[in-house]
Amino acid sequence: MKETKKPWPAQFGLAIALVVLMAALSIARPNFLTVGNLVNVLRQISINGILAVGGTYVILTGGVDLSPGSLVALTGVVAALFAHPGEFAVFVPVCLGILAGALCGALNGWIVTRGRVAPFIVTLGMMTSARGLALLASGGRPVSNLSAAFTGIGGGDLAAVPIPILIFFAVALLSHLFLRNMRAGRHLYAVGGNENAARASGVKVGRVKLMAYTLSGALAGLGGVVLAARITTGQPNAGIGYELDAIAAVVIGGTSLNGGIGGVSGTVLGALLIGVLNNGLDLLNVSSYYQQVIKGVIIVGAVWLDRSHHRDQ
Amino acid sequence: MVEGGVLLEAEGVSKFFGGIRALDRARLSVRRGEIHAVTGENGAGKSTLMRIIAGLEQADSGEVRFAGRGIAMIHQELMIFPDLSVAENICMGQEPVGWFPGWLDRGTMRREASELLARLGVAVDPASSMRDLSFAEQQSVEIARALARHADLIVMDEPTSSLSARESELLFALILDLKQRGVATVYVSHRMPEIFRLADTITVMRDGCHIATRPAAGLDEDRLVAMMVGRPLEKSAPVRDRAPGDVLLEVRGLTTPGRFENISFTVRRGEILGFAGLIGAGRSDVAAAIFGLVPAVHGEILVEGRPVRIESPDDAFSLGIAMVTEDRKKYGFIPQMTVRENLTLSSLRNTTLVRRAREEGIADEQMRRFAVRAAGREQPLRNLSGGNQQKVVLARVLLADPEILILDEPTRGIDVAAKAEIYDLIRELACSGKAILLVSSEMNEILALSDRILIMREGRAAGEVRPRESSPEEILRRAMPN
Repeated sequence: MKETKKPWPAQFGLAIALVVLMAALSIARPNFLTVGNLVNVLRQISINGILAVGGTYVILTGGVDLSPGSLVALTGVVAALFAHPGEFAVFVPVCLGILAGALCGALNGWIVTRGRVAPFIVTLGMMTSARGLALLASGGRPVSNLSAAFTGIGGGDLAAVPIPILIFFAVALLSHLFLRNMRAGRHLYAVGGNENAARASGVKVGRVKLMAYTLSGALAGLGGVVLAARITTGQPNAGIGYELDAIAAVVIGGTSLNGGIGGVSGTVLGALLIGVLNNGLDLLNVSSYYQQVIKGVIIVGAVWLDRSHHRDQ
Repeated sequence: MVEGGVLLEAEGVSKFFGGIRALDRARLSVRRGEIHAVTGENGAGKSTLMRIIAGLEQADSGEVRFAGRGIAMIHQELMIFPDLSVAENICMGQEPVGWFPGWLDRGTMRREASELLARLGVAVDPASSMRDLSFAEQQSVEIARALARHADLIVMDEPTSSLSARESELLFALILDLKQRGVATVYVSHRMPEIFRLADTITVMRDGCHIATRPAAGLDEDRLVAMMVGRPLEKSAPVRDRAPGDVLLEVRGLTTPGRFENISFTVRRGEILGFAGLIGAGRSDVAAAIFGLVPAVHGEILVEGRPVRIESPDDAFSLGIAMVTEDRKKYGFIPQMTVRENLTLSSLRNTTLVRRAREEGIADEQMRRFAVRAAGREQPLRNLSGGNQQKVVLARVLLADPEILILDEPTRGIDVAAKAEIYDLIRELACSGKAILLVSSEMNEILALSDRILIMREGRAAGEVRPRESSPEEILRRAMPN
């Protein structure tokens, strides 16, 4: 067999863009390239990163998940309700938050596969309902007075690294390994690439989709727990717009909205790019109004470049 | 500048896909009003050259000169708008506009469409929805669309691959009629009888290169095949007598109203049961029902004498049933996935962890075994030619190690040499004790391979014959609707 020339990884261009951006920023602002600031960037992107990894699963199957933002609020409130000092061990609120997210995600997946309703509609409904549930569960008020063990998840360090960053990295690494090396991960790509052919090849398409939405929900739950811990309250109004930031990270990372192409490494780079950009623009004292405009241009520009790159092949 | 009589001149056309050279200074010269057959093995670059000529793809180098008014291409998979009417399909892109700018003049549209259809002798109502037409009718509408655009060169890529014998005859008459009107046809095909029946000139391609262009009159089948393959073709192994064993698959009263009615048969170990019939007779539907792709509404399926429920292909694989589907693009493969990933997709069933090194070994082995032409196992499958894709699909299905194998048009789009190899493979599989259900529209294929042939007509069983005691004529007679 002829040895194949290894093609450039799809994320190569993105990685270069990130390096260039960081180099430019460190020249413009000497305080950019400091350990303190870089840790800050990572901490800021950790929750978006966790949601974006979850979104990657769904988008790889050719679907989309609009519910993570609301699920962050709902699961944060659920966790906070069980995180008052002296009530339960810390793993109880954590597990309940993740479980609540997983259940909502599973419901999304079930309706998408069983009801054959478009993912956009299903998760739009979940986005609305979960927000309502968060308000109901909290009575419309922030749930505060949380145990130190719980808030430590958001504010604490482990070996001088903030815990949210560690959680994000662990989630990304495990997901990367799962997608690359497990049969279920391979099946996710197959379903997104050609659902009919995947089915005819013996892939349990319904189960694969259910898994993707459940994982996305569970990771939204994890994100909700981390956020509640970090802001030391369960906020029913938290997470507004987070789903769109997550989707932005996924598509900047080169995962196709049509499904079947992409992966977690791209998503991590995408989240990093957004984080570095936000941080850099802050350091450069660019007004937040301009920041939004620039971010929008970057999202479209990145995907445009990616498309023209694919056309060349 | 194009000389008198020459309609199209392509010269020195080269094209690369990723690392593979699909075309290497290919050329083609078509005269006005001629039927020019282009033939060659899978991956010879025929389709790529056609797409470049039709302007659907850019050549990396070379030149295409065209002295006519328009070129139209009829693809293997039709480019139609299923939810629009026949008239709307024909006029697509140049709709007549009424008195108010931008508003369609439906009256003129319908009139133009019916004139064109009448001129072509196609009996289709311009008002009917495209979706309700048969494949052959849809194809005729595409040809009408080409004429509506005043095309004087029509490129047809394997146009008969989804047509029954009778429908093919109608298409041939249409092509010959176009020739009378001065419209040239470039006819891409592997099928020898069709090529010799239609073509004035034959161009042979191999490995992306131009091999020869000759008048059809001076060639015969053997010499043409030799040019295509570049070596004399080995005759396939003589038919060995197999002694069929126990009944492996039994089907009783399988029915899906409107599709097929009360189908019953058995297949034994080591036996090949052929399914003959016209397109639309329901053969593929029965096959899809057994495989669980579209489960039947009534009836029973027994595997080794046990009644089983097959509601999805996943169930079928668990029972040792696998299928090569007719519609390769829809059901056959994942286009963005690599050759390696496609090959192992159906055989990952009993593993949780994908072992990369082992998978690579399997992929290399299968690519060698089936002589898959690709730049490597990491090539996305969509970059391969149709025939090579088919080989990968076949290999994927066999890697799942099924006991019962359903093959629906397994050699569609495959060239002569590869076809012979696949026939040998099918016989070999039967000899090793597998039960095989073979659906094919190629009479020779089904007669050469089957132990028994079940004939279907309009969704019903219309008798069973043994190939040695039967003839193509008899099978065709039984398959024709009364």
